[in-house]
Amino acid sequence: MGDMQGALAHGRLLSLLLAFALLVAGCGRQSGGVTVAGSTSVQPFAEMLAEEYMATHPEQAINVQGGGSSAGIEAVRSGAAQIGMSSRELKGDERSLVRVEIARDAIAVVVHPSNPVRDLSLEQVRAIFSGQITDWAAVGGASHPIVVVTREEGSGTRGAFQEMVMGKDSNIDAGALVQDSNGAVRQVVSSDPNAIGYISLGLVNGQVKAISIDGIEATAENVLSGRYKLVRPFLFVLSAQPEGQAKAFIDYVLSAEGQRLLAQEGLLPAATR
Amino acid sequence: MIRLVEREKARPAARPRLNESSVEVVLLLVALTSTTVLALIAIFIFAEGLPIIGKIGVREFLFGLHWAPTAGSFGIWPMIVGSVAVTAGALAVGVPLGLAVAIFLTEFAPASAAAAMRPCIQLLAGIPSVVYGFWGLIVIVPAIRNTFGGPGLSILAGSIILGIMILPTIISISEDALRALPPAFKEGSLALGATHWQTIWRLLLPAARSGILTAIILGLGRAVGETMAVIMVLGNAVEVPTSLLAPARTLTTSIGIEMGYASGEHRQALFATGVVLFVIIMLVNMAANLAIGRRDSL
Repeated sequence: MGDMQGALAHGRLLSLLLAFALLVAGCGRQSGGVTVAGSTSVQPFAEMLAEEYMATHPEQAINVQGGGSSAGIEAVRSGAAQIGMSSRELKGDERSLVRVEIARDAIAVVVHPSNPVRDLSLEQVRAIFSGQITDWAAVGGASHPIVVVTREEGSGTRGAFQEMVMGKDSNIDAGALVQDSNGAVRQVVSSDPNAIGYISLGLVNGQVKAISIDGIEATAENVLSGRYKLVRPFLFVLSAQPEGQAKAFIDYVLSAEGQRLLAQEGLLPAATR
Repeated sequence: MIRLVEREKARPAARPRLNESSVEVVLLLVALTSTTVLALIAIFIFAEGLPIIGKIGVREFLFGLHWAPTAGSFGIWPMIVGSVAVTAGALAVGVPLGLAVAIFLTEFAPASAAAAMRPCIQLLAGIPSVVYGFWGLIVIVPAIRNTFGGPGLSILAGSIILGIMILPTIISISEDALRALPPAFKEGSLALGATHWQTIWRLLLPAARSGILTAIILGLGRAVGETMAVIMVLGNAVEVPTSLLAPARTLTTSIGIEMGYASGEHRQALFATGVVLFVIIMLVNMAANLAIGRRDSL
């Protein structure tokens, strides 16, 4: 009798252990999860989405890392990450990868609200930021030296501005003030009547005035219609059509709820293709 | 069993010595952790930073005028000049002010006034640097812009903020130095017919000079190392500054502002900036120790 009980207890213990082992194994597989890596511009938004997603799908694990757009694309190719994040268009042989646009971000060129200048051409913006035009009088303002404010080296916003406005041949003037966030740029521009800077369109508020470029105002409508040109896509990049957990997460990001969260953070919806 | 008994017997005599030595060992280990941490930090910074200096070349790195790390130019001369300029400016603001306060506290202040001022000065040391920076951004920078023109974010703004931040160091150490002087110095001088001010200017200050020098060097060290407040008021432009009203970037702010997004060689170059900073701080500390040594031998 005593032996019987012992064996039973043993059996129970064993099955408990087995169940536990299965559970651990299951958890292990789950926590392998989906790794999302790349653009530091997309990163905060992806982190926010992953957090919301995991709150409603606690069995899923989404792991978001930075590294930059190119590093993210490379990580997808090498298999180190299932989803890459890019804040620029794919180029060259990168186009063979699967591209999922999750949102768009417009960059607004901003000045102090009291500045009489309302419109600049893209060439004028380039000349101002490269230090060729140094006085507001040259672009229709009151005569006063222009205070150029830019972002720090390595920032995704600076990278996009360099690419879309400055191009390959001109660089942002070394004498420009450097601030390390969109908010800091906005703060400096809002407090200096002669300053000019660039920030995400979603962060433009009453403190600063967004300038129209080549006569096109920086508004959500003009971005959506494709007329305003300083727009960059926020992309998810995959090596093959998404499936499993990665697909579930991407579906969530593209759902009405995901897009609503992105809009709340100041981004514009993905282009409908 | 026998051994156990033996140990029991031996215990009363051995115990105090055992405790004594174990305390010593524990203290030694604690002391070692702090130096080990320092060694680890130093090894890490040098291991990360030195290879890129080797690749670029010491000369190109230290004296290069162009800093565009994502485009492959790594010259930190503008930052070295920025650090030197802002530190010199901070000393120009902080040393006369701090010395004046120290002289007032030791020689002129009524006991009640000194008792009220000292905690205030200590409080000045306790204000977080980001608060100094924010205050500078909101008050000093617009004041400079409205008075002198330019962007306001400038070496002048950084010097004023840092000058205030190093005040507690300068005041407390030079006050200590002045108080440490033998009373006979002052009494003798006054007895010989010198005025109070002549006594202070011609006798007490020169006699306390090594202590005051220590105060200045420690203040300098603080100014060189400060980051957050300076990021907010200096403008951070990567150009050799040409005037007090020009924006500039220091070695520390360069690391602070760019570390977030840096990767690859850019990141290594920031560590290499840290190497340069490390060497500067070591030199400053050595100078401070030298000054303190002179003071002790006085």
